Amino acid sequence: MSFAPLTFDVEPARGCIHCGVCLESCPTYLLTGLETESPRGRIHLMQQVAAGRVAPTDTLRTHLDRCLACRACEAVCPSGVGYGALIENARAAFEEAHVVPRSRLAGLLRRMLLALVADPARLEGAAGILALYERTGLRHLLRATGLRSRMPKALRRMEALYPPLTRPRYRAPARPAHATARVALLLGCVMRVAYGDVHTAAARVLSRLGVEVVDVPDQICCGALHAHAGERHDATRLAKRNIEAFERAKVDAIVVDAAGCGAHLKGYGHLLAGDPQWAARAETFTSKVRDVTEYLASREGNERLGKLALRVTYQSPCHLAHAQRITQEPRALLRRVEGLELIEMAEAEVCCGSAGSYNLQQPELADELRDRKVDAILATGAEAVVSANPGCMLQVRSGLEERGRDIPVLHLVEVLDRAMS
Amino acid sequence: MSTRTADRLVRDLESICGERNVFWREEDTLVFEYDAGFDRRPPLAVAVPKNTDEIARCVRAARDAGVAVVPRGAGTGLSGGTIACGDAVVISTARLRTIHEIDAVSRVAVVDPGVPNLEVSAAARPHGLFFAPDPASQRVSTIGGNIGTNAGGPHALRYGSMVDHVLAVEMVLPDGEVAVFGGVAPDLPGYDCVPLIVGSEGTLGIVTKAWLRLLPLPEDVRTFLAEFPDVRSGARAASAIIARGIVPAAMEMLDRTTIRAVNAAFDVHLSEDAGSMLLVEVEGLREETGSATSAIVALCEDEGARGVRVAETQAERELLWKARKLGYPALARIKPNSYIHDAVVPRSKLPDVLDSVNAIADRYGYTVANMFHIGDGNLHPLLLFDLREDTIEGVMEASAEILKVAIESGGALSGEHGIGLEKNHFMFWVYGPEDLEAMQRARSAFDPDGAMNPGKIFPGGDTCAAIPTERIKRGLAEGMWI
Repeated sequence: MSFAPLTFDVEPARGCIHCGVCLESCPTYLLTGLETESPRGRIHLMQQVAAGRVAPTDTLRTHLDRCLACRACEAVCPSGVGYGALIENARAAFEEAHVVPRSRLAGLLRRMLLALVADPARLEGAAGILALYERTGLRHLLRATGLRSRMPKALRRMEALYPPLTRPRYRAPARPAHATARVALLLGCVMRVAYGDVHTAAARVLSRLGVEVVDVPDQICCGALHAHAGERHDATRLAKRNIEAFERAKVDAIVVDAAGCGAHLKGYGHLLAGDPQWAARAETFTSKVRDVTEYLASREGNERLGKLALRVTYQSPCHLAHAQRITQEPRALLRRVEGLELIEMAEAEVCCGSAGSYNLQQPELADELRDRKVDAILATGAEAVVSANPGCMLQVRSGLEERGRDIPVLHLVEVLDRAMS
Repeated sequence: MSTRTADRLVRDLESICGERNVFWREEDTLVFEYDAGFDRRPPLAVAVPKNTDEIARCVRAARDAGVAVVPRGAGTGLSGGTIACGDAVVISTARLRTIHEIDAVSRVAVVDPGVPNLEVSAAARPHGLFFAPDPASQRVSTIGGNIGTNAGGPHALRYGSMVDHVLAVEMVLPDGEVAVFGGVAPDLPGYDCVPLIVGSEGTLGIVTKAWLRLLPLPEDVRTFLAEFPDVRSGARAASAIIARGIVPAAMEMLDRTTIRAVNAAFDVHLSEDAGSMLLVEVEGLREETGSATSAIVALCEDEGARGVRVAETQAERELLWKARKLGYPALARIKPNSYIHDAVVPRSKLPDVLDSVNAIADRYGYTVANMFHIGDGNLHPLLLFDLREDTIEGVMEASAEILKVAIESGGALSGEHGIGLEKNHFMFWVYGPEDLEAMQRARSAFDPDGAMNPGKIFPGGDTCAAIPTERIKRGLAEGMWI
């Protein structure tokens, strides 16, 4: 055989005994029933390609690309296989080796997106232009005239899924009179321009509970998108900048209201473990990271968190449930709201198909998962969907819109903020 | 076989199932080279038909090409039953996943072969019914595969294994014809072929639909865990319980190594200084379960149980069972590789056989973990090792010795995992040539050409000679002739 083997670390897969327990947790296996689209199959392929037994072909790459990296398999694996680390290693190796060239347009778009999120000034500019598209009514016009339906499918999909840009920006709340703790809030990249009001809600809730939220002006995109795309160099650069920025803030905790970012921040320790100058600093940083639901639930006291008469269902984000193993805290917080009724949906812990930019790269499977999720939501009869991650919120919203259902999708902190005000 | 024949077969399969439902590239067939056991070999191609008709046409296409057929469900088997020996086409039941009917009055479920075991119980629950066989893999493993291996599970102690719960099957025969065996009415005339098909490991045909018996959910379930200072006292208690005439729904033993592994994997917090534990479940009417529980607890205490932990909530009950059922993969936290056995021994010989198993493991230098269905004597000793340091030859040699001890005690090769490719050579140890010949004739009545899942169950033949583990076992089987 004439191919250069891909070398990457498959050590996280060592405990895999092919028992198959992971199969039923995997969204793509649930849809297809195929071993080729299962965690066990992907682990085997990664091991075999790393061992040089099989060439890193297009077909093989496709099986890996279809992985949502939702890490549901990792959460159920009794053997403790580190699937998340494994797939990241493999993706980085594929990326570095350039073994499978993408179409030039797709490659260009991908690079542009990754560069954009890592650069706050350019992201602001792009957000401004897109916001104009919404504000001028052009978006509405395109939809109303039916022109949108004549756009190419890929463009239409992007149009439906780009983040909202007309929501208010983040406004820091006043410092509580008697602060009992001091935290910083990760503002992130897309969240900052698209969901500023979610940050505001998070900060207001914290502040009402006596937690001071300090400003960390030099913070930047967490780099999760870069790491997932195999761009390890950029991911490392961004991680170091954030560590420096948050160290200066001297806080008790770094609170995150985007599950995807939180999961990645908790992995800084692992990302920089091999760098003697940064390993210890990264570990300290990681030990302070808390998802906002985790942080709130861990605060002492079990008092009511306001009052809101609303029937909701909770959509469990993968990067919260599987990557951070946080499933009970969000539900416990919701139950502390007087008058709020929580109805569990079927398959609450199955990925909605958003998974970073998965919905743009694997539209067919993403749509199937989205539809399955929407079915599960509608079956509950809930008046609102509660989530804890912007990507899931967008995906679920677009799925509900597609069905013509006007059910709001709220971040958990928005619910708490409303209930407490 | 020639490339041209293979290409033509792939094209035929594609025309039957559609291009995207046939896999033939190396990087695709590679993920069909394994099950949850140790034998490995990729098939020539994999077809994923969507219904009985497509399965029948795939079988005919393979037959016309002179290629063997291997049926496959979720691939969670432990004995190589779905591994392709030689040039074979795997026919997957992945797309046959419909539950056609739950008949609450007749207590029958009609399901596709690709339906996962647990989904049958989930569908039956609203009707106050459940499906009894509960192999540890039940969240994933399929009804088709469960039928093939005559799967059991912890609750086989009270309810029996698959063979006691399959009423009828529709099956694609090796010549591509479709036949139905058995029926939902009791006492059907003629030969009862269903018990022959259940446990035939895909050597008679491909089951494409099954009529399953459902049972009413018990009024009360009690689950508890008794802690013993060592394995022997736990085993004595288990024997005492059975001797008293009490049949729990399930009775499982976990040894110290297993306890350590499940604690590492799940939040069960079992006591790590226990030498062994019995996980017992009793089911039935409230009056029965209450008295059975007190009797069992008293017997456990007589044999030296240090404490009994009762599952107070449904959540705790589920957690204990999760720990038990996923205990096998959890052991990978102790060593990355393991070899699980499935021998059945007479209950009276259990403590002695366990001692011999431990002695064998010690002699070879492997850690051994015991987690098994003690109620019916179905042992699952696991040899734990690390293939970076240990050789598979050594492990298989120790395994053959363990099997031999079990058989010498009057036991059997397999309780529920099947013979497959893993133990086919060891069939000589339990059957004479005449017995095997008679079985072969029964098989030939269905499959005269031996094209259905060749190389499984029956010893000998060169079909599987290309599989390295197969060669090792063959040598061991001959070397240890009884």
